[in-house]
Amino acid sequence: MKRILILFAHPAFNKSRINKALIQSIQDLEGVTVNNLYEKYPDFFIDVKAEQKLLLEHDIIVWHHPFYWYSAPAIIKEWMDLVLEHGFAYGTKGRALEGKWAISVISTGGRKEIYGSTGSNQFSINQFLAPFNQSATLCRMKYLPPFVVHGSHTLSAEKLQQHCSNYRKMMITLRDEKCNESVFHKVEYINSIIENNV
Amino acid sequence: MYNQEFFLSALIYLGAAVISVPIAKKLGLGSVLGYLLAGILIGPFVLKLVGTEAGEVMHFAEFGVVLMLFIIGLELEPKLLWKMRRSIFGLGGLQVLITAAIITAVALILNFQINRAIAIGLILALSSTAIVLQTLSEKGLMRNIAGRSAFSVLLFQDMAVIPILALIPIIATLGSPANLSDSALNNIGEVAKMPGWLQLLIIIGAITAIVIIGRYAARHIFRLVAETGLHEVFVALALLLVIGTALAMDAIGLSPALGTFIAGVVLADSEYRHELETTIDPFKGLLLGLFFISVGASINFNLLIESPLMIIQFLFLLIFLKFAVLLFLGRMFRLKKGFEFLFAFLLSQASEFAFVLISFSKQNKLFDDQTSGMLLLVVTLSMAISPLLLIFNEKAVSPILERWQNKLEYDEIEEEENPVILAGFGRFGLTVGRILLANGFKVTILDNNPSNVETLRKYGFKLYFGDITRPRMLEKAGIEKARLLILSMAEHENALKVAEIVRKKYPDVKILARAKDVFHVFEYLNMNISNVQRENFHSAAELGNKALVELGLSKYEAYRATRTFKHHEQQVTEELYHHWLEDNAKFIRESRRFEEQVKETLQAEKNYSIHDTDCAWDVDSLKEEAQLKK
Repeated sequence: MKRILILFAHPAFNKSRINKALIQSIQDLEGVTVNNLYEKYPDFFIDVKAEQKLLLEHDIIVWHHPFYWYSAPAIIKEWMDLVLEHGFAYGTKGRALEGKWAISVISTGGRKEIYGSTGSNQFSINQFLAPFNQSATLCRMKYLPPFVVHGSHTLSAEKLQQHCSNYRKMMITLRDEKCNESVFHKVEYINSIIENNV
Repeated sequence: MYNQEFFLSALIYLGAAVISVPIAKKLGLGSVLGYLLAGILIGPFVLKLVGTEAGEVMHFAEFGVVLMLFIIGLELEPKLLWKMRRSIFGLGGLQVLITAAIITAVALILNFQINRAIAIGLILALSSTAIVLQTLSEKGLMRNIAGRSAFSVLLFQDMAVIPILALIPIIATLGSPANLSDSALNNIGEVAKMPGWLQLLIIIGAITAIVIIGRYAARHIFRLVAETGLHEVFVALALLLVIGTALAMDAIGLSPALGTFIAGVVLADSEYRHELETTIDPFKGLLLGLFFISVGASINFNLLIESPLMIIQFLFLLIFLKFAVLLFLGRMFRLKKGFEFLFAFLLSQASEFAFVLISFSKQNKLFDDQTSGMLLLVVTLSMAISPLLLIFNEKAVSPILERWQNKLEYDEIEEEENPVILAGFGRFGLTVGRILLANGFKVTILDNNPSNVETLRKYGFKLYFGDITRPRMLEKAGIEKARLLILSMAEHENALKVAEIVRKKYPDVKILARAKDVFHVFEYLNMNISNVQRENFHSAAELGNKALVELGLSKYEAYRATRTFKHHEQQVTEELYHHWLEDNAKFIRESRRFEEQVKETLQAEKNYSIHDTDCAWDVDSLKEEAQLKK
């Protein structure tokens, strides 16, 4: 069984609908640690040593947040700046994260159609996520295709429920190593693997 | 010893109360029944410790009812009273009229003369303010809808006593004219002999006087007295106010209880309300206790033994009639879900006013010795049985109703209570309170400095003058319903005491506290209270931050450095706490406190180096590695 660390960031958690539901659907899972960064560090004073210790204790790192300005809320960047230290996460001697998996879990207001060269946002989600992808790679981690919830403003309760159960399924799949690593290369979003697995 | 007899009776009454009330409460019978049993025990029919003077004691102790209505007035703002007008005049008026009519009719059937029957109806229609209100506050039912309705009815009855007193002499002349004695008329006071319009004028004048004095003069007098810092003078002033009002009302023929009730309502939005309540409360409690004891002691068991069947029949007939009318009216006024039963059981006994009215009727030759003796006995017994009826309701009736209607929903009528109590609104508490108020939270604010209270009131803050260390004060502030208690006062030792009491009695209330220094923090940690803030640490750290900026650090660097130091301080404090737990003797608290603190803090600091958390932003190792690759 792999241990999963969710680095969760939502600056207005009580007002969020999608991310609250997503988090609630997985927080009771064994082997899954929810690390709520805004709750833990309301003044951005991140305890670097404690965070590094958490990373060492887990095998899969999840950046879970709403998609703000085509990226993450500020605390995720602060966390990356401070915790992924040279000599710990990267550099010739920085091999603490080697072989771990990393994945982004995001929610966007826009529908899937508007992402991509023909859409109003010009770039695809995976293009926007390039910094996360490369950061993981620099840290010698494997970056999986993201879990994406599109159209969050207009999502029906039913659809949301479906996403939640998919999220939960994804966690269990990754935790219990139920899928072959090779399938990740074939998909844009990890959602499709989970959905087809049913 | 001087006045030995007085002290001897005091000893007997107090002793009886101290022994029987706790036993009665342990058995779940309530304090009223305890007092009544104590009275019966020391009365002329069991231990014979007190004789017929119990009647006089009872008249004296009736003053407890006056004090009680004053306190209830304090808890009722005029706005609320205005909202209750429908239930006071509608429910209360109908209760008195219908009950009086039905009891009169039954008395006629039982072959009483018409004038006696009317008097009996009027007298027995009233219920006991003392018993009902004591029970309500003991069971916390004052804000319950049944309790509120019962209170409305009692309020109307209090007003109804005045016309009933005026009616009795007239009724007395109905059946057999011309036996009205002059002495009887004298008893109802000078004002009653005046023409009606003049009486009305005097009454209106008196009430206006109470309102004006209470509104405009009382505040200044209270402040003057409170500023002396002598608590006993404040007590004297509070008693003076109540006794003065009561006497003034008596003099113009109004019920003293009603007068002090109005005075209470007028003072309800005064900032001294809490303090007045806690001051008067013990006197009220003692006098009411005394009253119940004397009621118990004056039960005439001889009469009961002579004709037990008849008395018991009358007793149950009375309770049944009153109960039936109350239940009907309760339903009519939309009391549901068992509240109508509670309401009816609450008010189904006769009133302590009946003692006065019966003897007054006797003076008016309306009742003979036998009738009045019997009535007195029935009245007393109905009062004695009243707590038992409530137990019956609680244990038998409401469980059945509950099963019928699935469950009683008590919550729907509960008034919203403030979630936060803030004790201390000075230099520290002001900031805490302002943050909460600015975010729309309702806060009950207490402060024990009268001039502070006065000043802040001018800026529109609603705060009360009061001493949170008194347990009653905590209750009045609504600790039972509160979510948070914030101890922001400067009296650190007192704050600890309050925290200890609240921890024990109200474990669900979260405590947040201001601490003087680390040792004070530890005392709280020992009670498992961790939301504690040292009163000067953060301000001092902020000033240190400013100094760093002046010394050339960028603002963000200075901020990070200060924040890091705060983090470090927290680790040091935790370390220190463990030392403190292990070796308490080392920290002799009173002596050399500050030196001790400095020494210990610096000692503990040696174990921690301030880890540079920001090294990722300025990485020497990265530069070195880059150089190597070159």
